[in-house]
Amino acid sequence: MLTQRLLLSDRGGMLVLGLVVLMAIIVPICNLALPSSSPFYISNFTVGLLGKFLCFALLALSVDLIWGYAGILSLGHGAFFTLGGYGMGMYLMRQIGDRGVYGHPELMDFMVVLNWEELPWYWQGFDMFWFAMLMVLLVPGLLALAFGWLAFRSRVTGVYFAIITQALTYALMLAFFRNEMGFGGNNGLNDFKEILGFDLAEKATRAGLFVASAISLVLGYLACRYIVTSRAGRVIVSIRDAESRTRFCGYQVESYKLWLFVFSAMLAAVAGALYVPQVGIINPGEFAPLNSIEMVVWVATGGRGTLFGAIVGAFSVNYAKTFFTTYSPETWLFILGGLFVLVTLLLPNGIVGLFDRFRRKGDK
Amino acid sequence: MNPLNRLRETWRPDQVFDIVQPAPTFDKSLDTKHGPILYVEDISVSFDGFKALNNLNLYIDDGELRCIIGPNGAGKTTMMDVITGKTKPDSGSVYFGQRINLLKLSEHEIARGGIGRKFQKPTIFEALPVFENLELATASNKRVWYTLNHHLSGEQRDRIDEVLTQIGLTAHFNQEAGALSHGQKQWLEIGMLLVQNPRVLLVDEPVAGMTGEEVEHTAELLISLKGRHSVIVVEHDMAFVRSIANKVTVLHQGSVLAEGSMDQVQSDPRVVEVYLGE
Amino acid sequence: MNPLCRITPRHTLHALLLWLICLSPLQVSAQTPESEPDAQSAAAPTTAQPSFEQLVQQLAGGSLRERAATVKQLSSQRDERLADIFNALVAGDLLANKEKPPTIAIREGEKLTDALTGTDLTGTERLRRIPVNNGLRTQLRGQVAQLNLSHPNTDKRYAAVQRFIRDGVDEETASLLRAHQEVEESGRVQDAITTALAVFQLQSGDREIRLAAIDELSGSLEQEARNALRGIAENDADAELRAAATEAIESIQGRISFYRFVENLFFGLSLGSVLLLAAIGLAITFGVMGVINMAHGELIMIGAYTTWGVQVLFPDLIEWSLLIAVPAAFLITALVGIAIERGVIRFLYGRPLETLLATFGLSLVLQQAVRTLFSPLNRSVSSPEWISGALNINPVLSITYTRLYILIFGLMVFFALMLVMKRTTLGLKVRAVSQNRAMARAVGVRSSWVDALTFGLGSGVAGVAGVALSQLTNVGPNLGQAYIIDSFMVVVFGGVGNLWGTLVSAMSLGLINNFLEPYAGAMLAKVLVLIMLILFIQKKPKGLFPQKGRAAAD
Repeated sequence: MLTQRLLLSDRGGMLVLGLVVLMAIIVPICNLALPSSSPFYISNFTVGLLGKFLCFALLALSVDLIWGYAGILSLGHGAFFTLGGYGMGMYLMRQIGDRGVYGHPELMDFMVVLNWEELPWYWQGFDMFWFAMLMVLLVPGLLALAFGWLAFRSRVTGVYFAIITQALTYALMLAFFRNEMGFGGNNGLNDFKEILGFDLAEKATRAGLFVASAISLVLGYLACRYIVTSRAGRVIVSIRDAESRTRFCGYQVESYKLWLFVFSAMLAAVAGALYVPQVGIINPGEFAPLNSIEMVVWVATGGRGTLFGAIVGAFSVNYAKTFFTTYSPETWLFILGGLFVLVTLLLPNGIVGLFDRFRRKGDK
Repeated sequence: MNPLNRLRETWRPDQVFDIVQPAPTFDKSLDTKHGPILYVEDISVSFDGFKALNNLNLYIDDGELRCIIGPNGAGKTTMMDVITGKTKPDSGSVYFGQRINLLKLSEHEIARGGIGRKFQKPTIFEALPVFENLELATASNKRVWYTLNHHLSGEQRDRIDEVLTQIGLTAHFNQEAGALSHGQKQWLEIGMLLVQNPRVLLVDEPVAGMTGEEVEHTAELLISLKGRHSVIVVEHDMAFVRSIANKVTVLHQGSVLAEGSMDQVQSDPRVVEVYLGE
Repeated sequence: MNPLCRITPRHTLHALLLWLICLSPLQVSAQTPESEPDAQSAAAPTTAQPSFEQLVQQLAGGSLRERAATVKQLSSQRDERLADIFNALVAGDLLANKEKPPTIAIREGEKLTDALTGTDLTGTERLRRIPVNNGLRTQLRGQVAQLNLSHPNTDKRYAAVQRFIRDGVDEETASLLRAHQEVEESGRVQDAITTALAVFQLQSGDREIRLAAIDELSGSLEQEARNALRGIAENDADAELRAAATEAIESIQGRISFYRFVENLFFGLSLGSVLLLAAIGLAITFGVMGVINMAHGELIMIGAYTTWGVQVLFPDLIEWSLLIAVPAAFLITALVGIAIERGVIRFLYGRPLETLLATFGLSLVLQQAVRTLFSPLNRSVSSPEWISGALNINPVLSITYTRLYILIFGLMVFFALMLVMKRTTLGLKVRAVSQNRAMARAVGVRSSWVDALTFGLGSGVAGVAGVALSQLTNVGPNLGQAYIIDSFMVVVFGGVGNLWGTLVSAMSLGLINNFLEPYAGAMLAKVLVLIMLILFIQKKPKGLFPQKGRAAAD
């Protein structure tokens, strides 16, 4: 019954999830078991790249959930993603121990540079993995809760919400750029050594992170699917389409929006936490408003309002980005900008919508 | 309101967190032993100096079908806004039964508590099938966590089927609501009120834009509701009002001008002047 | 020098400015080169005496003793250029080469100017420093001080008096100062002389005179006056004098903090005017039309680049470049805006979120286009002379002209826009369309045409803002991004659809930001303002001045 609801009734989703699972099996095998001379060998670089895409796909899911289903455009999801990343980054920093450049047993290198005497209170506990992971969920979740509470209860909607979420991530960016914040300022956190005792430079560790990302994506997808197929999911869509009617049906619209926003923020934070060990750095640049808005474009390109569309969008846009920034960096912003315009003008339902249209034509 | 109270009001947790909210089932506390189910007393609302409602007094009996008429700008829609919590009045009081002060409640609380409202323009969830429209409206626990994990009970399904028959949309239950005809949309909206088992139904211009046959059907539907629900109908169509109402209230410039049977009202010289005079 | 420079807008603008701020008269002397011919003819020798030019050229050669004689001869000359030449000689900044006759140059930082003609030199003239010894220097100092006191430039005279205070005033200089005070016109210099004399009297043996001097100094804002007072307050043997001095210092501190406050106020308003300029175009497109234009920042950037373009195209007209750039930027950005409206936005009316995304895409394209066409590096936009410099009101308060002009300019643009919206048919039609599109169309307003024009107007104003901003910040492809979020904040804070709200909110945000900065630092101040805004929206979701009534409810 639950399988029927979550998977079987969703052909596109099954296809996409199948591909993700397939990737999670094949990529590590081709990377670890095959010699680098083999034509099927997958390079470390590709593994890292695909792992990054998996995190982005999870992030896109969280944006799609709030934008595609509830119609709330958040231009601040980059903030939750980055906060999650910082949570993981702090854990990884504590794992460095005395192997930093200055060899201080407790303080991070940047704290030594700033002549700090002791570890700030908010760095306490991050040497424990479970605590760090808890914070990865809690901090963005609480921020979303507080922010969403303030925003939704005063019925800030539409573009206003978009703009103040953008201001939120912008403010966080400014704050994290400050050295006194104690998060490494400009340079952010980097030079990680190991995670849970596994060396981050090791091939197998990276493959493991890749598989973890794939699993998180599948689980995240199923959780989102569970929400949107439930009655609550229908209420959420109703809020998007006719907010006031929903309210007069006796639903507390703000509550639905708030919990969905919090869940979505936590999902984004998980994506951020998985992203950081794979790219090896997190810095305040990730808070940049452009990043947050790029996520929206992934979803718009893939097709908002369908969960697998978000995954498709995240993969295709990021693949294009990698391709163009490598071969012709000049043109990438033209293409990204053009994508914004074209998708909103011509493809309101994204790639998925395009396929649907062809299929319907074929049916006729 | 003193600052402390205002602060308290601002940070009231139940403004957003529905888990800390008491279940708003008014049935137990709803006290109608003195007759009226709805007491609207001395209500005034003004927008930028324009008085939309001016000391309005209105009492609706339990199970009554009341029609409210009045020229444009008489304050009919504003009155509904006040009762359903959309607009807060400048002064006056609105009681549901004898004890429940509606002015202290928010829209969804009032809706959960048993006052349903149909808008002038049909507002339904166009993207969803008819059945799901009714499912969403169905009276049940409407908190986030509950709706996330529970499906309709058999009882609730039966109730939806019953209402589908009542509004004549049984054959269309799987159709997308946006594809219904104008009249069917109006009925669906009334149906969405009915599945909430409301004690009071506020119906704003139900027959505007309907064909003669549809009007007739709507009249039958509303009359059938009488007794089980109190129904307040705001309408311009005099023939329609005549066909359903036994008691009519005429609003003019934000207050009640006349009240009584259709014949009494129509013979009232002040009403005649408002409608024909000047 | 270009002849047009003679009639720079500087004169008119300065005069206007003086009226506007009602300050004590300030002597403006822009035209030293122009008054030269008169001086020359006056000094032109019909006798055998060597001319001023010849004397100056004599400085280049000969022994030190001969030079001392030349200096003596020069001292008797009354020529406006003399003060500068002597100043440079003392400082070792007077240069000469070995030509016949030699070129005499004054060095000012990196810049070289011909001491006699005032033209700029290229630095290829093989110039050497004209040597001076201590004896000559002492001889010159007295001369220079006296000369500087009668220098036509107020700033120079003021600096001369300050040097007196710093170097110590003796009986001789005191009488010189007293004599000069009679003829001095500038209030600022007058005040400085009073301070100098009071500082001199402090050294007097008479207690009464010293007390009177302390009293006099308590009204002075000069740094030197404070130093002198502090000396007495800490070290003087007389307790009464110490108390008087301490009191005087306190009263001075009080006044200083007042002027600091005024300065903060001005900086806040100035920041506010920048915000106003950046946001006011948005107040039209977003506030009146309800269109979210994320490319607004890039329109500002295009305006700034237009200024740069004007300066590149007409390198001789730097003085006029801003006045040319304002209409040019308006036209160019208005056309770009209309193109955006016709090409993209009109298909998206009623879908604000999609408009937001599409225009954001456009902003990326515009940024990258500028990067590709020009360069990713910042362009340097030079400031005309009339806009540079500062207005020194007193020793602790000076106001840069750039900021002052931008404040005035921002208000001018605001009121011009107000007039357009309130008094013209276009404004009427814009307001009609924004209130009820269908009805406006029904009474014969071509709504699509109005949309395009309104959007063009808002965009054009953004371009004009860009011209102003080019004088404050670096002109580069990222210029617009820095302002877009702030601009939206201003519009949201002020209340959508209300130009007055935009004005008040821009100014108050500027002030809040500026007053928070000393306590919280620039970045934290910004963060705090953002947080305050978010909380503010809680209480007033529709801004400071919301639109009221039935229509606003939907």
